[in-house]
Amino acid sequence: MDANRVTRRRLMQGSGGLLITFSLAAAFRQAGVAGQEATPTIAPELPEASVTPTVEPGLVATPENQTHQDIQTRDVTGDTVDSWLEIDASGNITVYSGKVELGTGLRTALTQIVAEELDVPFARVTMIMGDTARTPDQGTTAGSKSIQVAGPVLRQAAAEARLILLTRASERLGVPADDLQVKEGVVSTLGGEDRSVPYGELVAEPFEREVTGEAPEKPPASYVLVGQPIQRVDIPPKLTGGEAYVQDVRLDGMLHGRVVRPFVRTMEGIGATLQNFDDSAAREIPGVVQVVRNGNFIGVVAEREEQAITAAKAIKVEWAFGDPLPAINQIHDLLREMPVNEDEGGEIVRNGDVEGALGVAAQSVEATYRFASQAHAMMGPSCAVADVRPDGATIYTQSQNVFNQGRTLADLLGLAPEQVHTIFREGSGCYGHSGFDDVAADAAMLSQAVGRPVRVQWMRADEFAWEPKSPPMTMDLRGGLDDRGSIIAWDYEVWTPTHNTRPGGDASSVLAGQLKEPPAAMFEVGYGGGDRNAPTNYSFPNNRVTVHWVETPPLRPSALRSLGGLANATANELFMDEMAAAAGADPFEFRLRHLYDPRAIDVITKAAEAAGWDARPSGPSATPAADGGLLKGRGIAFARYETEYAYAAVVAEVEVDPSKGNVRVTRAVVGHDCGLIINPDGLTNQIEGNVIQGTGRALKEEVTWDEHLVTSLDWSGYHILTFPEVPTIEVALIDRPEEDALGAGEPAICPVPAAIGNAIFDATGVRMRTMPFTPERVLEALGSAAS
Amino acid sequence: MAMLRQGDLEITVNGQPHTVQAAAETPLLYVLRNELKLNAAKFGCGLSQCGACTVHVDGEPVRSCIYPVSEAAGKQVTTLEGLGTLDDPHPIQQAFLDEQAAQCGYCIPGMMMTAAAFLDQNDRPSEADIRQALVGNLCRCGTHVRIIRAVQRAAGTTA
Repeated sequence: MDANRVTRRRLMQGSGGLLITFSLAAAFRQAGVAGQEATPTIAPELPEASVTPTVEPGLVATPENQTHQDIQTRDVTGDTVDSWLEIDASGNITVYSGKVELGTGLRTALTQIVAEELDVPFARVTMIMGDTARTPDQGTTAGSKSIQVAGPVLRQAAAEARLILLTRASERLGVPADDLQVKEGVVSTLGGEDRSVPYGELVAEPFEREVTGEAPEKPPASYVLVGQPIQRVDIPPKLTGGEAYVQDVRLDGMLHGRVVRPFVRTMEGIGATLQNFDDSAAREIPGVVQVVRNGNFIGVVAEREEQAITAAKAIKVEWAFGDPLPAINQIHDLLREMPVNEDEGGEIVRNGDVEGALGVAAQSVEATYRFASQAHAMMGPSCAVADVRPDGATIYTQSQNVFNQGRTLADLLGLAPEQVHTIFREGSGCYGHSGFDDVAADAAMLSQAVGRPVRVQWMRADEFAWEPKSPPMTMDLRGGLDDRGSIIAWDYEVWTPTHNTRPGGDASSVLAGQLKEPPAAMFEVGYGGGDRNAPTNYSFPNNRVTVHWVETPPLRPSALRSLGGLANATANELFMDEMAAAAGADPFEFRLRHLYDPRAIDVITKAAEAAGWDARPSGPSATPAADGGLLKGRGIAFARYETEYAYAAVVAEVEVDPSKGNVRVTRAVVGHDCGLIINPDGLTNQIEGNVIQGTGRALKEEVTWDEHLVTSLDWSGYHILTFPEVPTIEVALIDRPEEDALGAGEPAICPVPAAIGNAIFDATGVRMRTMPFTPERVLEALGSAAS
Repeated sequence: MAMLRQGDLEITVNGQPHTVQAAAETPLLYVLRNELKLNAAKFGCGLSQCGACTVHVDGEPVRSCIYPVSEAAGKQVTTLEGLGTLDDPHPIQQAFLDEQAAQCGYCIPGMMMTAAAFLDQNDRPSEADIRQALVGNLCRCGTHVRIIRAVQRAAGTTA
């Protein structure tokens, strides 16, 4: 080794800092093998060997695998304290959460909430997440709703448990409960005689009480764990090759599968039927166990993963395609012409008389904005392990909703819902409804066919082709200003497909169910997500928001981080900037003119102050840029998530190369208010991620397709932000301990593209209205402006 | 890929010799993950585009998703597990922990393997050097600023 390389000692000297730090091993042990729920058993009728994942030798025994062998007896109603948490004789606490860790730090944050409310050390709490046999069904882990919705549920369950334990301690010690305190999981007398009893001695009997919702909760001012930057418990195994992901699940006798289908995903399936099929070459490949064909569902199972990959490529198939996909270069205009659902949408906001106000406005402005279809683009393609037997199935999945996936796979497999045991394992970050439910269905179909456990991981092109996409959207805006520069009319109209097609129990909601013979009856499409952040939080005297729910999206759409919130907030905030320019106003001050919510005003002010906002009307100065021809500008944008949750404001600084059209975001400053902050470092990590992903979605990301197929199938076709392109990021948090904690997984992404677009205007004087702002589009806009 | 034929192949991983059954052209990644049950190297693209599968062969970073296992014969393969462990972490692992430089973490082993090899050759890298060294490693969660800080910390060049 190089003598100059870093030494461990030097590293250790440099550690510490802002975070509450542990050594790697200590952090891992305290987490109780974070993320590792070595599920010991499943349905008793299934052979145990087939369903027990191999656990790395040397992994530390955890409370859960010592004390919770019999998972079938658990109460998972969520109605009782016992269904949420258990305390063992050692005082170790196991929490059962239907919400799951998606790489956002939820496991750590929920642990902080429970440990805080129970007054126990953080390291005493272990969390089981997302298991149809062990955890209450808390629906989908999505929408920045876990801290917001599940946090209070667990806090109340913990408060109820604490109350019961205090009552028991009171009886044990013969002291009124009011004269008792809890420290580090030990109940003791307040003053006077020093008598105490640990929680572990008070839990011989279960709690046996419903969660009443009336147990007193600790005042936020007394918090010692909530609000602290405690290191995430899931990170140590991820840094050391631990068995941290669904990709790492290995069952005894497990085979490997791959599926074969054209690179496209429509609402009904793949828009094609199988014409010719020849698996003779594939069957000759060593290790191939079976080629599976069921209608249009084709897959292959082999002993080794590389054999399955090779065999899948060797299967010769010809597909007959139906109607072509709508032309991508016209898609935003075509959205206006497509059939719309008449039962949903329409005017979701109507205040005053928009047309009348536009008619008397001193100035009026109109603009159309277009947002591209984008992909979840998980780093690790979707993966699942399924063990399907005639009388039951076990599925390891990274689904955001193991409960609905279980019901859906039961429908697919012809099993009863209670026969499908679905167990969450972390996967690659998903940011919404990616391919995880579909790949679980693929694995289940193949396992059912061969009668052995099968692991399927999609290939890179599979993932880009088959994951549901964030759909394209078109937004029309019209606005009117009075002669003092205030907005008197605001008219917003959006054409959007639904952003939510998550499986709810119908086999047809997963690809395998649409491809098998006979195909499952088409699931009912609900309309949601596309109207998110279509209304603003500004006060306009005449305001109309109209939503057209397009029924025929080009590709299967579903939820991607903030759903329609990103496109709608982008259109609103780009247009707000256009109105500010028309009014000759500084865009920060112009926004404040139309805001009355003090928290909104605070968050946008916080961002502006942290950024050192250069107050003036936007637009290039008369003096040309001196910096090698690069044009510099700054922009601001604001959004309150879904108009009622967390607040975020972003100031972006950009450099535009007018000769190439390249936009580089050099700096992003975020003001953020999500109420009570559970873990400021975890929160900052999420906000940074929102800024970076939002910058990539603003500048680069676009799903493409041709007549029948998706064409953005790898990282050379679907571009995300890379290291040299990442801006400097500053996060200014506003903590409001007395306010409800709001989710922060996606609010901060919403203002990012508009802040960048507005900065491009400031730099160049050109309005970018089609996302992403690619060099080609920037050059075209600059050219149009010059001509 | 030519027809896979299984044969006994000797490779050395993290200092330990192994006889593996994979056919010669099998990408090293599948041997590491499935035969040797090493979790750190990840399948991301199979195309050498994302870096999630990065391991060291004779100290050089390679993309194991396209690197034939037969090429590794007679060479020293090092995975993240060979750099350090929970009890005895490599400085790059400790730095990533200290900076909390992970969200989902799927790309992170590849980041650390790329960074460790880079730091072996560059004692005092600038931030721009680090960004360029990691240009071929993709992260979808947007953990980049923390990853940069972690590499700076490991290099002892934290501002």
